[in-house]
Amino acid sequence: MDAMVRELSYAQAIQEAMAIAMDMDERVFLMGEDIGVYGGAFQVTGDLVERYGTERVIDTPISELGGAGVAVGAALTGMRPIFEFQFSDFATLAMEQIVNQAAKMRFMLGGEVSVPVVMRFPAGSGTGAAAQHSQSLEAWLGHVPGLKVIQPATPYDAKGMLLAAVADPDPVMIFEHKLLYKMKGPVPEGYYTVPIGKADIRREGRDLTIVATSIMVQKALDAAAALEAESIDVEVVDLRTIRPMDKQTVIDSVKKTSRLMCVYEAVKTLGIGAEVSAMIAESEAFDYLDAPIVRLGGAETPIPYNPELEKATVPQVPDIISAARDLVKGVR
Amino acid sequence: MAGASKAVADSRANLPFVYRQYSAEQLKQVLYKMYLIRRFEEGAEESYMRGLIHGTMHLSIGQEASAMGICMPLGEDDQITSTHRGHGHCIAKGAEVKRMFAEFFGKTTGYCKGRGGSMHIADVAKGNLGANGIVGGGIPIAVGAALSSKMMKTGKVVVSFFGDGANNEGAFHEALNMAAVWKLPVIFVCENNGYGMSTSTARSTAVKNIADRAAAYSMPGVIVNGNIFSEVAEASYKAVERARAGEGPTLIESKTYRHRGHSKSDRNRYRTKEEIEDWMSNRDPITLFENELSEFGFIDDKGIEAIRNGVAQEIADGIEFAKASPSPDVSETGNYVYTEQA
Repeated sequence: MDAMVRELSYAQAIQEAMAIAMDMDERVFLMGEDIGVYGGAFQVTGDLVERYGTERVIDTPISELGGAGVAVGAALTGMRPIFEFQFSDFATLAMEQIVNQAAKMRFMLGGEVSVPVVMRFPAGSGTGAAAQHSQSLEAWLGHVPGLKVIQPATPYDAKGMLLAAVADPDPVMIFEHKLLYKMKGPVPEGYYTVPIGKADIRREGRDLTIVATSIMVQKALDAAAALEAESIDVEVVDLRTIRPMDKQTVIDSVKKTSRLMCVYEAVKTLGIGAEVSAMIAESEAFDYLDAPIVRLGGAETPIPYNPELEKATVPQVPDIISAARDLVKGVR
Repeated sequence: MAGASKAVADSRANLPFVYRQYSAEQLKQVLYKMYLIRRFEEGAEESYMRGLIHGTMHLSIGQEASAMGICMPLGEDDQITSTHRGHGHCIAKGAEVKRMFAEFFGKTTGYCKGRGGSMHIADVAKGNLGANGIVGGGIPIAVGAALSSKMMKTGKVVVSFFGDGANNEGAFHEALNMAAVWKLPVIFVCENNGYGMSTSTARSTAVKNIADRAAAYSMPGVIVNGNIFSEVAEASYKAVERARAGEGPTLIESKTYRHRGHSKSDRNRYRTKEEIEDWMSNRDPITLFENELSEFGFIDDKGIEAIRNGVAQEIADGIEFAKASPSPDVSETGNYVYTEQA
């Protein structure tokens, strides 16, 4: 990376990645609800329709199941669709095509086909959109062999991982936290990829490993910065991909710090934190643990409308600070 | 005119569509394949009874004219998506029965290397993108394949087979709407055999004819007698022409009947013996087509005998091939989940 890398927002980084993908490969096209002249509900596609035309930036009817199925069928027959769900919650309307078709087609047909579809899911709470537009459903899809599920946490990764997803021969599901869309960060120009299936150590530390996903990565970094004043040295691992999971990076980190905390926005129970915790409990890192594993996840409720309640349902920086302090000081 | 010469064509001027359109050889080949579908399914059923095939299967015996008629005007590059009752579609689109048997037997020589079985039988090289275990699951996928055809300008036409049960799935309505809005080269073929598992169309479907649904999506809705090969082929031919000309989709309702139950668990308590007997005795699609071929002088008894014998031999060979083929190794269970694995 050169010294003067320009900054883009997370949304701009995704848009640039899609433009590069379309420039490089005429099989790449975009589908989704109101992604054309409207620019997408979160302005991620923006003005791409003006540059690439309505034949490559296709507004679909409000038909999530059918639209996802069309994307799967197009991918199966040689195209490289990038399908945008307006909200990740609407994946519930399309689970049939995602779970039964896209994920399993290669396997069911004995390797005779592949389904190189990319699906993008604006996810997460914090926008006041209440219970049906604020969920974090990535673990649902992470449970399905045949899918790859990623959660880029920075503009740099958003671009590089999207380009990796387009190049991938298998279905890749990208969960993008809506509050990240405006986050700015360095993004190099031109083509580069960030590998799917590799976690990133975003901050090195000795006392505690925090495995975080998506927007929780930044919150964990903010908490780590605050804890520095208390001489608590936190290592932050950005999981980036939840299927296939980069187990080794997490295992190595826990062996180094002897403490593990998982921070994620999705409902705590049966989520990514459970998987990471169990994976560590099954690994050689278990013997290195000096304290019980801690999970900080979303509350066991739908996301409420009221802004104070909404904030209270997902982990915030003070929650991470206090849980980390307790963990390191052995309060639990 | 695909097969018949001009002189022959004149002599057939008053005959139904297929006899004007195709050569005697082509039509005899159709009869061969209709028998091949029937005997394949009988062979699969017998193998199941003998414990050589596990799981379940959905037989299309009685619907052979529908599969053959729809596929008749398709080229090898054209594509289909099929259903859980998809053996006939697979054979009609050009699959080899020996590799189908091998798949049903769970062998590595099967079309899906033993990973799919009856319900996911496919032959991608011949344009069969696969049967589907989910009712209506293949319909949006066919629209996606048609979108690929349009975007890549390949000229391919895509047929989506589904049953009457699927016409009440949301996927059907969403897919038909998108295909019509985008004028895609896709043909929706509803094989209406009267029952979605045990529930009759009268009890499940608000319209009298499923083809009536086409009006809601501004496409032609065509009803054919699915047990008369020529009627099905003619409707398919017109729909293929329309699709290739860029005029968009067609919905064909092929009214037919399955002689067997829904699957191997069916006790046939929702329909009468008399009804089944009537369809088997009076409206069997193979008998109807064979009689027409004889009546119009395309085939004699010796020719019919030769076809039946040829089919019997191909079926016997296919079963032997499947039996002799190796099973996949359990160490390969994880193959084909992701591309980098295999």
